[in-house]
Parts: sequence; C-alpha cells; structure tokens
Amino acid sequence: MATAAVSAERENYLNKEYGIRSWLLTTDHKRIALLYLVSITFFFFIGGFMALLIRLELLTPAGDLVLADTYNKLFTMHGQIMVFFFLIPSIPATLGNFLIPMMIGAKDLALPRINLLSWYLYIAGGALMLYAMVEGGVDTGWTFYTPLSTAFSNTHVVEAGLAIFIAGFSSILTGLNFVVTVHRMRAPGLTWSRLPLFVWAHYATSVIQLLGTPVIAITLVLVVLERTLHLGIFDPNLGGDPLLFQHLFWFYSHPAVYIMILPAMGVVSEVLACFSRKRIFGYGAVALSSIGIAVIGFIVWAHHMFVAGISLYSALVFSILTYLVGVPSAIKVFNWTATLYKGSISFATPMLYALGFIGLFTIGGLTGLFLASLGLDVHVTDTYFVIAHFHYIMVGGAVMGYMAGLHFWWPKITGRMYPEWWGRLAALIVFIGFNLTFFPQFILGYMGMPRRYWQYPPEFQILNVMSTAGSTILAVGYLLPMVYFMWSLRYGKVVGDNPWGAAGLEWKTSSPPPTFNFDETPEVTWEAYNYDQIPVPKEAWLEQ
Amino acid sequence: MSEHVMSSKMYYGIWITLMVLTVVTAAVSFIDLGPFNTIVALSIATFKAILVVLFFMHVKYASEKLTKLVIASALFFLVLLLSLSMIDYLTRYLA
Repeated sequence: MATAAVSAERENYLNKEYGIRSWLLTTDHKRIALLYLVSITFFFFIGGFMALLIRLELLTPAGDLVLADTYNKLFTMHGQIMVFFFLIPSIPATLGNFLIPMMIGAKDLALPRINLLSWYLYIAGGALMLYAMVEGGVDTGWTFYTPLSTAFSNTHVVEAGLAIFIAGFSSILTGLNFVVTVHRMRAPGLTWSRLPLFVWAHYATSVIQLLGTPVIAITLVLVVLERTLHLGIFDPNLGGDPLLFQHLFWFYSHPAVYIMILPAMGVVSEVLACFSRKRIFGYGAVALSSIGIAVIGFIVWAHHMFVAGISLYSALVFSILTYLVGVPSAIKVFNWTATLYKGSISFATPMLYALGFIGLFTIGGLTGLFLASLGLDVHVTDTYFVIAHFHYIMVGGAVMGYMAGLHFWWPKITGRMYPEWWGRLAALIVFIGFNLTFFPQFILGYMGMPRRYWQYPPEFQILNVMSTAGSTILAVGYLLPMVYFMWSLRYGKVVGDNPWGAAGLEWKTSSPPPTFNFDETPEVTWEAYNYDQIPVPKEAWLEQ
Repeated sequence: MSEHVMSSKMYYGIWITLMVLTVVTAAVSFIDLGPFNTIVALSIATFKAILVVLFFMHVKYASEKLTKLVIASALFFLVLLLSLSMIDYLTRYLA
C-alpha cells in the first residue's frame, strides 16, 4: 500500500480544498467537469426512466399503462432531456472540459470563469426544464413543430423552450472556450499536426456549438413570442410559414447530432490507438474529416423535411448533400479499421465500447443514407425506422463513446481503477441490450409502424416485446457502471499516472492531476500516438 | 494585444443612433409600403446589427486573425442558412 500512501499525500485537484463552496465557486476545469458529470448523470437517469416507461407502454398493443396525453409528454420530455441536457453536454462538458487543457499542456481553459458560468447556465436551464416537467410537461415532440407548439398545444411549451434557450448559452460558452483554448494555449512544440484527435474532434464540435446554437435559441424565442404575443412568424394565419420553423430548427438540430457524435469519435480515436498500440492510421485524414463533418453537417438539414412540403428541387439538392456527409464519416471508420490491422490489440473495457461504437455507428450511418434517398424516405418518414436509425447514432454511437471515454480516463480523473471484469461485463450487456432494443425497431419501421403512437396493431407485438426486453437489459448495463464507479471511488485499486501505457500529455501528469495540471509547462517534441516509443505496461487489465 | 480605446462619446453616439433607428422602424411600420415593408425593416435591422458588431463588439478595431476568422465563418454560415433555405422558397411553387 506504499503507492496508496504516496498518492494520498500528494496534493491534487480533489484534495486541495474541501467544502461545498470550493466546488460551487471553483474555476478549475477539472472540478467543473465533475460538476457537469454529476448533473448530466442526473438528467440521463430521468430521461432514461421516461424511455423505460415508453417501452413499458409499448409492451402491449393496447394503450393500457399511461394516458395518450401522458405518453405524448413522455416521449417529448425524454427527447428534450436526453438531447439538450445529456447528449449535447455529455462528452464535451465532462471529458472535454477535463482533458483538453491537459492534452494541450495548459493549466486551465482560456476562460475559466466563463467555464463556471456555462455550468450555472446549464443548471438554470435544467431547473426550468424540471419545473416545466413537474408542472405538467410538454407534448409537442422534442422538435417543437409549429403550428402545434405555437397555436394548439396547451402544455408548458414556453417554459421548456426558454429552458433550452438558456442551456443553449451554456453550450455556446463551452464551444467558445474550447476554440480560444486550442488556438491560444497549446504547449510549445504542440503544433496542429501533433494535436490528439480528441482535441481535433472537440474543435470541430465547438465550431458547430458556436455557429449553430444561436439559431435554435432564437428560433425557440420566436416560438415563445408567437405563442404569447401572436407575432406572425410561423403561423400562416398571421402571415408566417410553418416550414420556416423546420428550416431554422434543423439548421441547428441536424448539426447537433454531430455535436454528439464528433466528441465520441475523438474518444474512439484515442482508445483505439492505445489498445492497438499503434498510431492512428491516416491521422491527417481523420483530423480533417472531423472538420469536414462539421461543415458538411450544416448543409444537409432539409433531409428532415422531404415529406413536409418543401420544393422538389431543394429536396434533390439536400439529398445529394446528405450523401456527401457519408464520405468523411466513412473515412474515419476505414482508418480506424486500418489502425487495428497488425495492431497489438487488447480488449479492455474502453476498447470494447470503442469497437461497439464502430459497429453501431456504421449501422446508424448506413441507415442514414437510406433516409437520405428521396424515394425510400417517403416510405419510412416518421416510422420506427427513423427512431432506430438515430438511436444507433446517438446511443450506439455517442453514448458508447462516452462510456469508452469515462472508463478510459476514470483512473486519470479519480486515481483509482474501476473493476475491469465488471466493466467488460457491463460493456457486453450494453451491447446486447442496445441491439435487442433498437434492431427490431428498424423492422417495425420498415413494416410501417409510425413513431409517437401509444397503441399499435397486434401484429407488431413480438418485435415490440423484444424491444422492451432489450431496454430493460440496457438499463442494467447502464446501472452497473454507475454502481461500480461509485464503489471504485473508495475501494478501487490505486493506480499510477499511466495505467494503460497511453500516449498523450494528460498521462504525463499525476493521477488525479494537480490543480494546475503540470508542475512545469511541457514541451512537445514528438508526434501524437508515438506508441512505438512507449513500453506496454504489464497490467492485469490489459491481459486478453 | 494592443486594444484600440474608443471614446465614451463614440459609444453614446452609437447607442443614440440605435435608439433612433428603433423608433424609425416602429414609425415606418405604421406606413404601408407594400412589398417594401419587410425590405425597409430588415435593412434598418441589418444596419443596426452591423453597428453593434463593429463598435460594441470591437470588431472594427480588431487586429487578431482569430477574431476575423470567427466573423468570417459566422457570416459564411449565415449565407449557408439563407441561401439553402431560399432554394426551397424560390422553387417551391414551380410546376
């Protein structure tokens, strides 16, 4: 236990100060990351609980568990909470916040107080969202489509819209902070071509957060203004255009998918390189494809509107553009696969999640191409095919990446290791539960089951039972890490600074890191992922 | 990072201009200009936005490349939003 004693004495960001005040007024990016971690976990379990209720209702063809109105509110608030209060901040605000300054050899983010402000805005938005929920909820679907949201719904649209407006600013500030930090705070020698791909991915994400989020924020304000003051923006009776809402909404909300998936891709690049003991194949292509996804992701949005009544000509343009976004995504998948080739692969928990990500993201991405084709999209629009597709991206992709990253950097964040056997078991349970939940939904959608209904014809029941069964397995898969992460805080094995033998500046400082990350500013003289120069540690969790 | 210092007279001048333009916008809305209703309102609003960006956000005197990059990308994405939406609006009622 000599190492434990040494670690316990060493001053780090966790034991430097104690007390609630030292946390709520902190400007340390690592502490703010943990504040975010706790907050988004809270919202994840609220949103997850709603998902379980949805699946439970759909166990039988009859609407027998909740009222139809309640069902509308459940899927609406499941979507709003998961998208705006979990997925958008998930990797950037926790792992990104924690790691980016360390990965670039900086003491903190460029704007530490803005970073804390971003968390408070998130909490304010989250509190307003919870208020909307307990007051009776919202039933417009997470998309707030007009004229339902402005003229017909009698639920708490104004509160929910303003909650997302406020949380949007927290996202903008995080993006702003990352852009400034990556431009201005890199350690000497750390050129753009030496940056970890995690940082590249977050840079691309930040661009979307900065340029896209203001559009959704103002759009939701316009919804609120039309609803309360009857300004004619979207309502045809007042001289507006309901499709304008959809244009503005998707201008942000399609790129928002890339806010969720790009950071996960960053995590996968780090994890894959480490557990293959190789430099990422095609580093430059993977880095630039992140920027490519961020830019092309902005010019595909109207593929959500093919059957909404937009012009055929613009539908053709958006269909072609949507196919284009498949190119940088495929570049990543092929390069990751090539990285594995002749690598020294070990199947530790983060690697299991990362490999799961590649498979599930590929399915999600390819089914996205189905939806981009004008003819097939008419058949499957607003069916469970769409639900399955975007859950493969958001849960199979983004959440798998989040879990990979959380396990990979857990020893860095806490100084302790989670139980590896339980980790692998949970990863397996998540993979099985996920596929059982969502693969049947592809078939259901193709057969014609529409989304957002609480009842369905009896012939759809078998596939729905499979999906509901899968969701309970998935729930176990997410509860397990919750339990063993907490357990490991006290009982986890105390590990050294770099238990994986990983490349990257964050592994060169102690675990948990000191408040200002490095005792002296590191100077980078090597390329990223120099695994040929790093010895493989002989650790139990790296055995196959 | 040399910062250009603007006089407070300048700030007040811009602020008064913005206020006057707001009153003008409100006043013009009472006059029916036909198809020019929207054009006039949006022109005034754009001019006001340019004033805010140039002076209140200090872009006119910014020397940093990063600031210019941010402004250029913001404008680029605004053009994307408007032009790609207009593909829909301009061709929606073609046969």
